[in-house]
This record gives sequence, C-alpha cells and structure tokens, in this order.
Amino acid sequence: MASVCFYFQVHQPHRLRSYTIFDTDSNYFDNCKNAEICRKVANKCYLPSNLLLLDLIKRYRGRFRISYSITGVLLEQLEMYAPEVLTTFQDLAGTGCVEFLTETYYHSLSFLYSRDEFIEQIEAHKRSMQRLFGQTPRVFRNTELIYNNALAEVVEEIGCDALLAEGADHILGGRSPNFIYRPPNCRKLKLLLKNYRLSDDIAFRFSDRNWSEWPVKADKFASWINAVNGNGHVVNLFMDYETFGEHQWETTGIFDFLQHLPAEVLKHPDNDFKTLSEAVAAYDAMDVIDVPYTVSWADIERDLSAWLGNPMQESALAELYRLRRKVKSTEDENIIADWRKLQTSDHFYYMCTKYFADGDVHKYFNPYDSPYDSYINFMNVLDNLNSRCSKAIRQKGGTVFSVPVGQTLQSQT
Amino acid sequence: MKTFMLGWEFPPFISGGLGTACYGLTKAMGRLGMQITFVLPKAGTGGHASHVRMLSAQGCTEIEELSELKNVTFRTIASSLRPYVASGAHGRRSMRCGSQQERESGHIHGWYWEQAGRPENYGGDMFQEIQRYAARAGEIATMEQFDIIHAHDWMTYPAGIAVAKASGKPLIVHVHSTEFDRSGEHVNQMVYDIEREGMHAAARVIAVSNYTRTIIVNRYGVPPEKVEVVYNGVESSSNGYAQALPERTDKIVLFLGRITMQKGPEYFLAAAKRVLEKIDNVKFVMAGDGDMLYRSIEQAAQLGIGHKVVFTRFLRGDDVDRIYRMADLYVMPSVSEPFGIAPLEALQRNVPVLISKQSGIAEVLKHGLKVDFWDINQMANKIAAVLKYPPLRTALRENGHVEAYRFRWEDAAARVKQIYEQTLALSV
Repeated sequence: MASVCFYFQVHQPHRLRSYTIFDTDSNYFDNCKNAEICRKVANKCYLPSNLLLLDLIKRYRGRFRISYSITGVLLEQLEMYAPEVLTTFQDLAGTGCVEFLTETYYHSLSFLYSRDEFIEQIEAHKRSMQRLFGQTPRVFRNTELIYNNALAEVVEEIGCDALLAEGADHILGGRSPNFIYRPPNCRKLKLLLKNYRLSDDIAFRFSDRNWSEWPVKADKFASWINAVNGNGHVVNLFMDYETFGEHQWETTGIFDFLQHLPAEVLKHPDNDFKTLSEAVAAYDAMDVIDVPYTVSWADIERDLSAWLGNPMQESALAELYRLRRKVKSTEDENIIADWRKLQTSDHFYYMCTKYFADGDVHKYFNPYDSPYDSYINFMNVLDNLNSRCSKAIRQKGGTVFSVPVGQTLQSQT
Repeated sequence: MKTFMLGWEFPPFISGGLGTACYGLTKAMGRLGMQITFVLPKAGTGGHASHVRMLSAQGCTEIEELSELKNVTFRTIASSLRPYVASGAHGRRSMRCGSQQERESGHIHGWYWEQAGRPENYGGDMFQEIQRYAARAGEIATMEQFDIIHAHDWMTYPAGIAVAKASGKPLIVHVHSTEFDRSGEHVNQMVYDIEREGMHAAARVIAVSNYTRTIIVNRYGVPPEKVEVVYNGVESSSNGYAQALPERTDKIVLFLGRITMQKGPEYFLAAAKRVLEKIDNVKFVMAGDGDMLYRSIEQAAQLGIGHKVVFTRFLRGDDVDRIYRMADLYVMPSVSEPFGIAPLEALQRNVPVLISKQSGIAEVLKHGLKVDFWDINQMANKIAAVLKYPPLRTALRENGHVEAYRFRWEDAAARVKQIYEQTLALSV
C-alpha cells in the first residue's frame, strides 16, 4: 500500500514598511504592499489551485484527499484582501476530504524562545481553524518544519496525534521516509517525515530544464510513487502551496500536472490518497527516530541557520522575546498583536547573510535590498514598540520594566 | 604581448586614485608576464622611493624598477606641470590618502588641478602640456616595440591617438573617471571633448564600473558593445604596529577623502545633524582637505553641530591607520564615484562602511550599507543603526572584511589581458 499524503503550507507574512529611527507612529506594516502581494498570489495560485483541487475532489468522489496548514497571519490578510480565497478554502473544508493542520498562528519561532508563547499561539490557531473551517486540528506542523525531540514531547502534551518533520538523511540514518515513526519518550505521538526527493521534484525541480528527468508529467511521477509500493506505507509530499502558479508558473504546466496526477496515481490498485490524520490512524509506527538536535526543511543544511545564523538574527530574536513580559503587561491588544506579528519567521529569514553574496532563493523571497537593511528596519520598529509599551504601562500607572532594545548608547529622546 | 601604456600618475612620483589604480594594475599585469612600457610625466624633483632607479636617455628618462614591478619599464617626460596634483603650495587641496604608497611618498595629492576653488578651471597651460606629452610620447613610441596602446584617463588620450595613428596599433582607453564625476553638470568643454575623442578613437573602452560605463554610453555616445567593465582591485593593506589609541567615550563616524563637491561632504554633515537629534555620544570626523573644507566648517557651525564635528585636515601615515582603528563607521557619501577604492581600504582595516549608491563599488560590494547620497534621512537612519545596534556593526565588519579581499588586481589584470586578446584578434 502506498498512501499519497499531500500537505500544502499556505503563508504570507505581514511585511514591514520602511521604518526609520525618525518615525514615531505605530503603523509598522506595509498594508498596501501586503494587499498587493496577497491579491497577486491569490490570483496566480490560491484561487486557481483551490478551484482545481475542489474539482478533483468532486470528480474522484472522496478518493482524492489533501491536507493544509494555513497560518493565522495569512488568514487575517485573506479576510481583508482576498475574501473569495477564504470562501473557497471553506468549500474545500466542506467536502470532508480536506484536513487542516495546526501550527503557531504567527508562523513564529516561539518554540525556541518561549513555551508559553508557543502554546498560546497554537491555541489561537486552533480557534481560527474551528471558527473558519469547523475542524479541531489533530496534527501539528511547526514553522519551517523545525523539529527536535523536545518539540515532540510538548506537542504530545497538548494532545496532538502526530507532527511533521523533514525526512532529512541524517535523522533517518538509512531508513525510509515512507513509513510512520515515533519520537523517543512519546507514548502515542507519531511522526510523519517529508519525502524531500519527491516533494522537491515538484516544488523546486519541476520546471528545471537542466534536470535529467525534465519534463515530468503525471504518469512519470505516478510511476515513482508506484515504486514505493511494497517498501513503504506513505509518500509524504509536503510543500509550499505557492508552488502552484507562483514558484512554478502556470506556463510550466504545473496545474496540468496536478490535474492529471490523481488519475495516474489511482491507476495502481494499491495506491490511495490520505489526509495526514488518516495516514496516522492507518499505519503503525515502524521505529523510533531520535532527533536531539534541531532540524528544519530549509536550505541544504536543514538546520536553523536561515533564521538564526548570524549575530543580527540572534539579537533581533532575543530582543523580541525578551520583551514578552513587558508587552503582555500592557494588556493592550494592539501592542500585543503587533509584537506577535513581528515574530513571523520571514522577518528573520530576510536577515540571512548565508547566501547573500550568491543571491539565490533567499533573495527571491526578500523585499529588502540587503539583510542589513532588513535588520535595521526591524530593530527600529522593535525600538518603537518598546517605547510604546513603556508609555502604555505608565499610563496604566504601572511600573515599567527596564528592557532597553539593543541600546549601547543613551538616546536623547 | 607588449603594451605601450600611457599614464599621468604613478607612485611614488605622483599618486592619487588614478596613480594607485595604475600601480596595482601594472604590477599585476607584470606578474602575469605581460611586458609593459609605462610613459608618464616626470613629477618634478625628489619624492621617489629608493627602490626605483632612474636612467637618463635622449631627453626622456628611463626608470627601471628593481624589485616590485616585474616586466615593467618606465619612460618619463619632463614636465613642469602636474595637472592632477595639488601639493606643496597647494597643500590645502588634497585628497584621499588611503594607500601605503601614498603615505610612503609623502605627497599630498589632488584630483583637480584647480585655482581659487573653481574645479572647472583647469588652466590654459595644462592643455599645452597635454599636447606636449602627446608629442613626446609619439617620439618614445618610435623607439619601442609593442602590440597595443593603453591610455589611462583623458590627459593621455591625445597621446594615445597620436601613437595609434603613427604605429597602426589598436588603442584602448581606460576610464577611471569622467568630467561628469569631477565637475557635476558644470563640465569643462575642452576636457569633455578630449575624453569624447579618445573614447571614439579607441578600439575598446575600459570602464571601472557599470556606473561609469553608463555615463560613457549615455553622455559620450560610445556604442555599448565597445565598452568593457573591469573593476579595480585593492592592494592588501599591511596593518601597522598597534599603537595605543586615545581614550574615548564617543562613537566615531568617519569621512575620509577630499572635501570637494564630488565627495558629498555637505550630505555627510546634514546626516550628522539628524543623527545627533537621536544620539548624543558620537563624533563626526572629517579627514581630508579640499576646496570645500572651509565651507564645510561653516556648514557644521551653521547646523549647530560644530562641537560634534572634528576636522583633522589631511592625514598621512600612521595617522590614517589610527583614525581608521578609532572609527565605528566609514561613510562615503559621494555624489558621483566611478569606482571607490576607499571603502575597501576601510573594510580591510575592519571598519564597516556606508556607501553612496552613486558609485561603482556599490554595484559589487555586498556587505556594506548603501544609500542614495541625497537621501539624508536614510543616511542618518543607517548611521544611527550602526551606532545603536552592535550586532549590525559586527556583521558588517566581519563579512565586509572578508569580501574586501576578493577585489584583486590579479583578476583585473587577467580581464585586461583578455580584452587585449579580443581586440588584437579583431584588428588582424
């Protein structure tokens, strides 16, 4: 049996506006640009993909099944800028063939900094899933598939059935990603590992003319899935939803590929499609996967270096989370929401200097000219947020916690 | 392959930005085994280092380099005038002072030959001098064997054209700066005409950046396919012995270069004013001389930041190293900078840099902050950020330091060799 498990990550950050040290207002986000990008991606990817998948689900009468994880920050933007996308996601939820996973509402790295914050954000995300899609998520996906043993323990504690991780070679140690595994120290929690070869064949290599397998049509791809039959239970195809129409343009034939894939996969009598919860319920864990150090799905390193690889990223994140107590003590909803929007991992990805000189994928997704500019902008915003907190606390008659932001100099203001 | 090279500056006789570049390129070409005869005006008396020997020959002077410069022979033409130099009596009009050669030579150098602070005034004698240089270079050429002619900047273009005509060999002109960089929109028509004629007469034009290439194509009407970009390199700076630095509590933001219109000193001061609105314990150091020095001192006073701006005048030798080591940030706010080697020298000395986007170096340097020279708000914002956020300084310094060493004259020389070969292949 080979069950194909599609999971699509759907996310857009609230991008910051250009914010200098001389700015004093609290409008941190570039709403115009965010609206524009949201609408653009909606037209190129979200809407056509949703409609296509809805159509496939209807056509295959429950035999084609998929899973999504949609971030809270994107849902907020869709409600404002592209409500029709939200409606079609709700239509998908209504088919009964679509599962919605949970993650941190703000697509944050909070697991690495604050367990309380981490859990609060998952709770917030779960509430959104219930409100918008009428589902209570059972499967957890951490930002950028960041994973280690400790995460598994926390996720089991909050009552999830399974969680996702990158099927990186060094954690598998020769084992196949096409089985379900178990983290150490967990009683029932199961681990689903991304089959990065087959996933990346679609997400990254699909339109690469230098790739020896190009062009890949649905029948060829289905034959690779058939090859798993007999030596695996699942084929976990995890990827960004923006793969369809945004990263891989329509002209590459990506939609055509997706449209024909179910039929080709289902030609083999032993193949099927499952949502992640269904896969977890259907198959037992084969072995324990021990991951004491942290892995992710990013870059060739599959580690944290895309967000935490230089002193700027480290300081920005540390300063941000250091403000938690102060931010919360304001009890000001706007301040707390702004602080949380600053936690979205994209802000730190923009500060990555790792491949800056080569100018590759990091550049493609980056609204800034340089990682330095993004750090300056972020820190200026954070500095303002800090003073807003102090002001709000003073107005409440409370005591201001002294949490200076990155300041080595006495500011005159 | 043998090159007949025409220059106006060369360390230790005369060196400015042009001299430094000619030195680095020539040395690297010599190492690649290319034979070069370098013709330059003889720069008055004295001032040359002991490693150069001068030989007199037929009214010209031949200098043989003994150790550093392989495969390079020099021929000098006696000249009473030094058009790119302002030294001695003109000491106030000085310029960048970064390189080791300059410091050894003990000269103060200027890009402009200028009078009474009017940069467009090159003086009538200079054009005669350039014609005389051309005539003498033509004479020297008849005594030399070579395959290609390479002329550095406009003063040598008439010579290049004359030699090309007489010898039938292809001419390459190398543009280190244009009249638009030096004089803004107030171009000297005669200089412009000479530049234009040289570029059009040349088989190929070498520009020091895409920034300069665009000016050559748009302002001089040179066919784009004829213009190649070869970025400058930078000589490795040997950090001198560590001298104790004075105690200080203030951060230091450094401007180091000629204080002239081209270098944008007024934008630096306007940004300083804004930074000081937010941060108190910082000093702005302006190291250099130039025709806008006094105006800049007045401007600082008018802005009410006179007590925060230090004018060191022209620095040399160890003082240059010391000021770099004291600086938290180097700013190059140039209005128009064909290449801009100074930020690389700052990075070699572990000083992070903020550079104007109107420069050649901004095209290629990744690990520096960049700003439009006129965008005072952003310039101040970025200066303040470097002072406020130490991790930014660390990242810029560490990554920039590594990157600065990637600009190698060996690569520039290899590229020039390639251009020679292509040019010769076409001209056969």
